[in-house]
Order: sequence, then C-alpha cells, then structure tokens
Amino acid sequence: MTTMAHDHQQTATRRAWHVAAQLVDPEIPVISIADLGILRDVQVDGERVTATITPTYSGCPALDAIRADLDQALRAAGFTEVVIKTALSPAWTTDWITAAGREALETFGIAPPAVATPSATTRSGPVTVQLSVHCPQCGSLNTEETSHFGSTSCKALWRCRDCHEPFDYFKAL
Amino acid sequence: MTSGDAPSPHAVGATTRADLARYVTSLGDDALIHAQRLAEWIASAPELEEDVALGNIALDQLGQARLLLSYAGDVEGAGRNEDDLAFFRDERKFLNLQLVELTNGDFAVTIAKLLLVSSYQLELYRRLSSSTDEMLSAIAAKATKEVAYHRDHATQWTLRLGDGTEFSHQQMQTALERVWPYLEEMFDDSWIPATLLESGVAVPVSELRPAFTQYVTTVIRQATLTSPEVPSIPTGGRRGIHTEAMGFLLAEMQHLARSHPGATW
Repeated sequence: MTTMAHDHQQTATRRAWHVAAQLVDPEIPVISIADLGILRDVQVDGERVTATITPTYSGCPALDAIRADLDQALRAAGFTEVVIKTALSPAWTTDWITAAGREALETFGIAPPAVATPSATTRSGPVTVQLSVHCPQCGSLNTEETSHFGSTSCKALWRCRDCHEPFDYFKAL
Repeated sequence: MTSGDAPSPHAVGATTRADLARYVTSLGDDALIHAQRLAEWIASAPELEEDVALGNIALDQLGQARLLLSYAGDVEGAGRNEDDLAFFRDERKFLNLQLVELTNGDFAVTIAKLLLVSSYQLELYRRLSSSTDEMLSAIAAKATKEVAYHRDHATQWTLRLGDGTEFSHQQMQTALERVWPYLEEMFDDSWIPATLLESGVAVPVSELRPAFTQYVTTVIRQATLTSPEVPSIPTGGRRGIHTEAMGFLLAEMQHLARSHPGATW
C-alpha cells in the first residue's frame, strides 16, 4: 500500500469511528455507545467498514436497535459496505464506561456503577451490594437498594432516604 | 455412511460436530425453557419489584438461550437458526433438564427451582468459561456474571421465606421437596459424548456437585430449612424424555410461530 493510500485509510477509519462513537444507547439516550464501552472496534478496509460491538447483557434488547442504528449512520456517512459484528469475548464490564459516560449517567439521574472487582462474580458467596451509592439527585449517601433488578437488565432500583426520591443505579458487572 | 465403511476423517469430524451441536442445544434448551417459565410470572408476582426481577432473570436466560441455540444451529450446519430450533422442534427433540419445565407452582416453588437452577448454571458456566471451544467459553464467561445475580436473588428469598413466618417456612420447605427429586439429573454425565469431555469442550457435570451441594445446603441451613430426603424421579430430559408439563409449555411457546410462519413485528 502506498503512503497516500495508507493515510487515506487512516483518515477514513477515524471518520468512521467518529460517526459510530456518536450514536447513543436507545434506552439511555444520554450516553454514547463509545462512552458505554460497547463499541469495541471500527475498521475501514477499502470500501468496507466493519464495526464491532459487544452486548452489555446477553439478552439486552437494545443491541438489535444499536446494530440497525450503526448500519444506518455509517451508510448515511457515505460508507457503502457496512458490516456490524458482535463480539462476546472479552465480556463487557461496567469498568469500560468512560469518565465522561459516568458523568453523563449521573447528570441524567442514574447513579454510575461502582468499579467491579473480578472477584465479585467468581467467588462463591452472594453478590456484593455496594454500600455507598450516592443519590444522583441530592448527593446523599443515605440510600438503600429497593430491588436488585430495574427497568432494564443493567440497572437496579434504589431510593434516597434523605430526599426520598427513587433512582436507578447502574449495576456493577 | 453405510455400515461397514471405515470412518473417514471427514465423517469423524461430522460426528463430533453433531455431538457438539447436541451438547450446546441441551444447554440452550435449559435456558430457553427456564426463561419461558419465569416469564409466566410477569404481572402475577407477589409484588411489582418481583415482576421486574423475574422478568429480568427470564430475559438474561433468554439471551443466553439465543446465543447458545444460534451457535448450535451454526455448528449443526443444516441452516437452522435460533428461531427454527426454539419454535419448530417437537417435544422429543428438546434436551433440557426436566427441572426447568416443571410448572411454576406457588412463589416458593419458583424460588426453590431458581435456587437449584442458578446454583447449577453458575458452577457449569464458570467451568465452561475455560472450555477449549472458543465460542462456548465466550458465552459462558458472559453468562457467569448474569447467573451470579440470579443465584443471589434466589438466596435472598430462600432466607426470607425459610426464616420468615411459620407459614412461609412451611411453604418453602414444601417447595424444596417438590423440586428435589429432579436434582439427580443435573449431575448425570452419561449423556455427554466422551469425545467432548476428552477434548475439554464439555464439562463433566458430576464434578460440579460438591460445590453445588455446599452452597445450596448452606443456604438451606441458614434459612432454618432442611435438605429433603426424597427419592429421585426417573430422568431423561437430556434424551428428549419430558414430563407431562412440557407439551403444554411448548404449545404456548410455539403456537404463534407455527400458526403464522415468518411473522415479524
């Protein structure tokens, strides 16, 4: 490949990444798929662009919507041949949510996840319930879990004992 | 291959492929049928949070089923996808454990079932995370994280019901007795092809038993309950032999896809 062709490809890859990275999660429309850590890779090879995404949870219904959105956005940006791949391994973890993503979640009213420790899912005892989730409304640490499971696979239900507001907590995984 | 032919390398490969497809299908069927039963609780659970919780667990199981059955279809190589396998197989072709197809019973029975199934799946998926089959190991590693939450949920409820009122204690004890006869089948190795065990693709389920028993009996003890001593029922789920409940479950699960082939949203 000539240097010029190589440069051209790098520019195209950067542009494709930029297009893909801007898409938001359909269920949490304040966080981009890049900040959520589910956009794993974007490659341009000649006319073809290949984007690789990973599911948050095996059954996450948003993945199909994201796949369709990605395909549409990349085509709209002028890429004629679009391939969307799904990678399962390594398994997604909430540790891949970026600092900007965590901030966006909090502003939206969803408490960002605690940093997951590898032992949390491999040890034999019950799953650790984090004790210091702070309320995204008033910042209080005086909060409690009301349900392990919430409105989507990735969230749990919490409430604040000070401002009495219920809120979603993004579960550490 | 007609009888008398020496197996060619290709034929050996085909046998292994069929074995692998069957093995992956059985794991996918456990998750699919368990999901179908759990989903029956939506809008009928004791409280709203529980509708959401059981719905979430069902969704995780369905997601695992989709990954496993899609992969089984690919391995089989006959052009069947996840939907073909879920909706267009008859009862005798389903390879799930009989435990997952049992009717839900009351809430305590569902929790007892969830405790056993999630404890089993957690040990199994943990081990399968290092399967020599790359795809199976990727699916298992993902599922391990999800099932850890399921087991925790079942544990919390077992403790709450067992160590609750006299009535809830009795219901939970009765529930354990209802599901216990189906436990033997989980740890039966005899259906797993030797080639898959030797190559490190599959896990000998008998080896999961000590960790499973230790966890479950500890929870039962903490919940002031007693591990039942009841005879096990004849098994056969892995060979396509099912209980009376299975046909009704499939009729409900499959009727739409069969009545309206190719229907989409």
